Amino acid sequence: MAAISLRNVVKRYGLGPKANQVIHGVNAEITDGEFVVIVGPSGCGKSTLLRMVAGLEEISGGEISIGGRVVNDIEPSERDIAMVFQNYALYPHMSVFDNMAYGLKIAKVPAEQIKARVDKAAKILELGLLLARKPRELSGGQRQRVAMGRAIVREPRVFLFDEPLSNLDAKLRAATRLEIRKLHAELGVTSLFVTHDQVEAMTLAQRMIVMNAGRMEQFGAPEEVYARPATIFVAGFIGSPPMNLLTGRADGSRFVVGGQSLMLPCAAPRAGELILGVRPEHGGLEATDRPGWTMQVEMIEMLGAERLVHGRIGDAPFTLRIDGTLAPPKAGEQVTLHPAPAHLHWFDRQTQARIE
Amino acid sequence: MVERHPWLTFLTHAVLLLGVAIVAFPVYVTFVASTHTAEEIVQTPMPLLPGNQFWHNYAAALTGSEHGPGSSAPVGRMMWVSLVSALVISLGKIAISLLSAFAIVYFRFPFRRFFFWAIFVTLMLPVEVRIFPTYKVVSDLHMLNTYAGLTIPLIASATATFLFRQFFMTVPDELVEAARVDGAGPMRFFKDILVPLSATSIAALFVIQFIYGWNQYLWPLLATTDENMYPVVIGIKRMISGGDAAQQWNLVMATAMLAMIPPALVVMLMQKWFVKGLVDTEK
Repeated sequence: MAAISLRNVVKRYGLGPKANQVIHGVNAEITDGEFVVIVGPSGCGKSTLLRMVAGLEEISGGEISIGGRVVNDIEPSERDIAMVFQNYALYPHMSVFDNMAYGLKIAKVPAEQIKARVDKAAKILELGLLLARKPRELSGGQRQRVAMGRAIVREPRVFLFDEPLSNLDAKLRAATRLEIRKLHAELGVTSLFVTHDQVEAMTLAQRMIVMNAGRMEQFGAPEEVYARPATIFVAGFIGSPPMNLLTGRADGSRFVVGGQSLMLPCAAPRAGELILGVRPEHGGLEATDRPGWTMQVEMIEMLGAERLVHGRIGDAPFTLRIDGTLAPPKAGEQVTLHPAPAHLHWFDRQTQARIE
Repeated sequence: MVERHPWLTFLTHAVLLLGVAIVAFPVYVTFVASTHTAEEIVQTPMPLLPGNQFWHNYAAALTGSEHGPGSSAPVGRMMWVSLVSALVISLGKIAISLLSAFAIVYFRFPFRRFFFWAIFVTLMLPVEVRIFPTYKVVSDLHMLNTYAGLTIPLIASATATFLFRQFFMTVPDELVEAARVDGAGPMRFFKDILVPLSATSIAALFVIQFIYGWNQYLWPLLATTDENMYPVVIGIKRMISGGDAAQQWNLVMATAMLAMIPPALVVMLMQKWFVKGLVDTEK
């Protein structure tokens, strides 16, 4: 078990002025035994960051330490980590047992001990009956478990997961997600998990790092990231459908969006050009005559337990999430919204940062 | 396109039988000729049914006990020389190509591209083009009439290097990384993962190169002058003397039959692997 600390970590490809910088100084302290998810859109540098922790990518600047030891110049095998790859990267010509035992064999662990450790991992992952099979004879989910087993038998101080669930179908993904959580609860090993799927991130993470374009936008518990997104990017990225973002001009308790003036339930944090965010479920749709925000309804989507009401406020698109059992408004109607003061998120237009 | 029509069935069979006849008839004639006495063969018409000299002819050819106008070196010895050279050439080619492809694909070193192209360009140069300089080198090194002289100049292989390079490039990077995380160094990765994955390609290449090595003619013709170091292909040639003397065609044909057996065996025994190696894309 070990803490991981990233200090001003930078990744550049190429040299000199033509170098292409893809990670711009990431700082994060991951405590011992924590499960941290790195989430972001494709190309944001999340995998690169993980691979730098693993030692598969060189660190161009800054420092990464695992368990208090700076690992910048240490080979992956010496870092006391185990990695689960997106395509599992099982050795196709080796049986499940050999796949799991390979790292231990290289480390010259005695044969009885290898057998004991593989058997133990196989038991945890219910792979006992598959040990003699080759990877090609396994289903996707089984391969995924073997890949995890290979990580477990090494008894590392850190687990690194590089989008390990993205090749599974939706049902299996949900089940495996739970398994990974159970596993973490059982083994308590510090884990770094990369994904582009925000549901995975929200459900697995004790804390999550949201990345965008090589920068860390926010590092916090899922509840906190959801309730208090630090930037416009996080507000738009976490949550489905994403937070409604209205660009307008604030003046006291008025907010002007594309010609429509909205009454705010509380005063804006400051006057001027701001962005106002409201989560779809916090629209505050009420059947009262109280004056509120007028939304033009355009389309309704039925999702089962809930409905999505798409429409516009002023000229900005706005989506509401309402209980599926309620009678929905009809397309073409106007509805009135009364969002609560606590559910308004303010962002600076220039810096994109949250304003408290 | 599958068509079922009695006429077409007849036609396809006729074409196939014709093909078999064209390919197999000369082999049959060779076999028949190897079972008669030398006098019987030269009569017209030549007999088309096997004779009764099978054991005598083959024993004579293998041991070189019967003396005719041409060389009568024992074919047994020649087969041995051929076998050793073909094996050394094919295994050597595989070993060298695997290693050089490994270096080119997995290591970053200065002039990597230059080395790749240097190897690739030699693809276009057949042995014959560089045969005199090669002869000079081998002779200066006193390797004429040795196994080393017979095999080493033929071992370097651009084709095989290229083939393995292409195969290695299809091996997913994640596999390399998984091995690195598992603590396997480069040679360990090569031995434990790359070579087993290349097994089918190696088998296919072995078949091709074994036949290539076995059938070498021009180079052994130059590099060997000692009867003891003749490969069987040269041996056949030396058994036929020029001029009007009565040739021992029965023994020549028996030798030809014997020379055909090992490559045929290699192809038959390794057929499954051979085909798999050429068509397999499973990783």
